[in-house]
Amino acid sequence: MADAKGIYILAELDEGLKPTSLTLELMGLGQRLASDLATDLNAVLLGSGAQAAAQELARYGTGEVLLLDEPALSGYHPEIYIEVLAGLLRSRPPLVLLAGHTSMGQDLLPRLAFALDCGLVSDCVGLRVEGEEVLFTRPVYGGNALATQRVETPTAMATVRARVGDAPSPAGTAAAVIPLEVSPPAQTRLEMKGKEVLSGRECPLEEAPVVVSGGRGMGGEEGFGQLREIAALMGGAVGASRPPVDSGWAASTCQVGITGKVVAPDIYIAVAISGSTQHLSGMSESGKIVAINKDPDAYIFKVSDYGVVGEWKQLLPSFTAALKELPKV
Amino acid sequence: MGLNIIVCAKQVPDPEGPPSSFEINEAELKVTARGIPPVINPFDENALEAAMRIKESHEQVSITLISMGKGISKAVILKAVAVGADASLLVEGDSLDASLLDSFATARLLAAAVARAGGYDLVLCGRQAADTNAGLVGLGLAQLLGIPAITLAQKVDVAGDGVVVERVLPDGYEVVEAPLPALVTVSGEVGDLRYPSLQAIKAAKAIPQTVLGLADLDLDPSTLGRVRTVALAAPSRERRCKMVEGETPEEAGRNLVLALRQDKVI
Ligand SMILES: Cc1cc2nc3c(=O)[nH]c(=O)nc-3n(C[C@H](O)[C@H](O)[C@H](O)COP(=O)(O)OP(=O)(O)OC[C@H]3O[C@@H](n4cnc5c(N)ncnc54)[C@H](O)[C@@H]3O)c2cc1C
Ligand SMILES: Nc1ncnc2c1ncn2[C@@H]1O[C@H](COP(=O)(O)O)[C@@H](O)[C@H]1O
Repeated sequence: MADAKGIYILAELDEGLKPTSLTLELMGLGQRLASDLATDLNAVLLGSGAQAAAQELARYGTGEVLLLDEPALSGYHPEIYIEVLAGLLRSRPPLVLLAGHTSMGQDLLPRLAFALDCGLVSDCVGLRVEGEEVLFTRPVYGGNALATQRVETPTAMATVRARVGDAPSPAGTAAAVIPLEVSPPAQTRLEMKGKEVLSGRECPLEEAPVVVSGGRGMGGEEGFGQLREIAALMGGAVGASRPPVDSGWAASTCQVGITGKVVAPDIYIAVAISGSTQHLSGMSESGKIVAINKDPDAYIFKVSDYGVVGEWKQLLPSFTAALKELPKV
Repeated sequence: MGLNIIVCAKQVPDPEGPPSSFEINEAELKVTARGIPPVINPFDENALEAAMRIKESHEQVSITLISMGKGISKAVILKAVAVGADASLLVEGDSLDASLLDSFATARLLAAAVARAGGYDLVLCGRQAADTNAGLVGLGLAQLLGIPAITLAQKVDVAGDGVVVERVLPDGYEVVEAPLPALVTVSGEVGDLRYPSLQAIKAAKAIPQTVLGLADLDLDPSTLGRVRTVALAAPSRERRCKMVEGETPEEAGRNLVLALRQDKVI
């Protein structure tokens, strides 16, 4: 392998073929790391019809944007992606490769790390440079502790959570977009047989400025109707802790926490949620946290900015009514 | 013939234990669980449940449970085995303490253990361990065994000489197939592990168990790591909470809106 150099961001695109907000956050993080390590910031983009996105990413980088544009790469296929990426990274080993801790990142980076024998830190909530190396911080024991880790291979890989980095400002010099030839493998062992999208009760949680979540204490599906009304009034989305998802009161796509979505809205309202570490791991970075719980000793109050002790059935109607009456500012 | 399933199950301190039971030893870079029992990692229980469902719907299925660690509780393993496993393989040793091993060393050691378990058609892991939260070992194991891997299963079935998996996506799921042998990591959506009967727990003592030590695997864990923990800290999440009250609950609900408006939160 050649000498490892540069910071590389594995970009992801949304359905409109634009870089996702997490990808841009990673470019922001990458700028900081690249400047601290006096190296270049690069991006790798796999997709189909991704030329415009590559140009946008180039505004934030200082090195190169490697563009692998090819119909076979339009959707994530583990074996195709790994083959293409492993080849690329063998010839251009990075100092650090960052990907989002997304559905794809969680599946792809471990495969890549083991294929290339590189250390990988998953689910990072913090990165910093100390001396010549990058230190990665991540939750362990369900979020009861934070471990800071170093990678002992020349290339370090990490998957990073949403909202760890800040959206970037354009770098002084734009990176060069370099289209590369792609030869996807002729045969794969995994066969993708199609997707089933759960529609109807959709929760675009990650982007919502307000998240109103219900927990086990909601006792059933009906209460979630009230949470939806509040969310609609506040321009937000409905979330849930795990028990309502397990019981089918809320769609699994609504789950917030260490094995659900990680959110950091301006306002997070937790109704009838006790505040387990697993839940807190998914929302403790929110701007303001509001808790409604009938148990005055519930741990959620310790991690909230506003709290009301009481039965949600008695509190939510007047809360909702007062919201409706509130004069606009 | 027949179908051999291996389930990799790790013991962890009960992740639902209160935060105060997780004692952080910053000097030794260790988390020590106080006053909470060890349990099988919840997602590994889901993996065992997935294996049981395959066993119920197919002929000649044999399940082997593999667990590696320091001071594995025999009672916890026995209870899991009693659910319906046909054999268990434990790898024990002081240097297998979870805090001493990273995911890379764990995957290498498990791969060696799997090789000692006899043949396999399907390996099931949990999507992630509750102590590491890493989600790496399953994919690493598959890579080391040279078999295809599918992550985040909400449903696992065997059809012909392949495995069919419903894989959880942020907005639904996708169906993925792989030829056997293959590895699948299992998510909570599969469903809770069934309970064994008391009778089955008693009978489980007779189910064959192999215990290996590190020497049997012929690997030195201290050379296998790729990632090292250099600091451990408690998360600082606590905030000052303004408690909003009222003469009646209705008033408290209204007062909450007023307090949020007064502080310009809304
Ligand atoms: C490996 C693993 C991963 C996990 N991942 C997640 C995850 O991603 N997200 C997640 O949320 N959990 C997760 N969990 C589960 C987590 O440990 C907790 O069990 C869960 O978060 C508890 O949810 P809860 O607060 O809704 O329920 P509980 O802890 O049961 O709390 C219910 C609360 O509601 C209050 N209440 C009851 N009735 C009323 C009422 N009428 N009015 C007002 N308040 C009321 C009670 O006082 C109580 O505080 C995970 C667990 C494990 C082991
Ligand atoms: N010590 C162990 N013994 C048995 N299985 C393990 C062990 N460590 C990890 N695993 C398996 O690997 C999965 C993922 O672990 P991790 O990568 O640490 O999150 C777990 O859910 C288990 O199925």
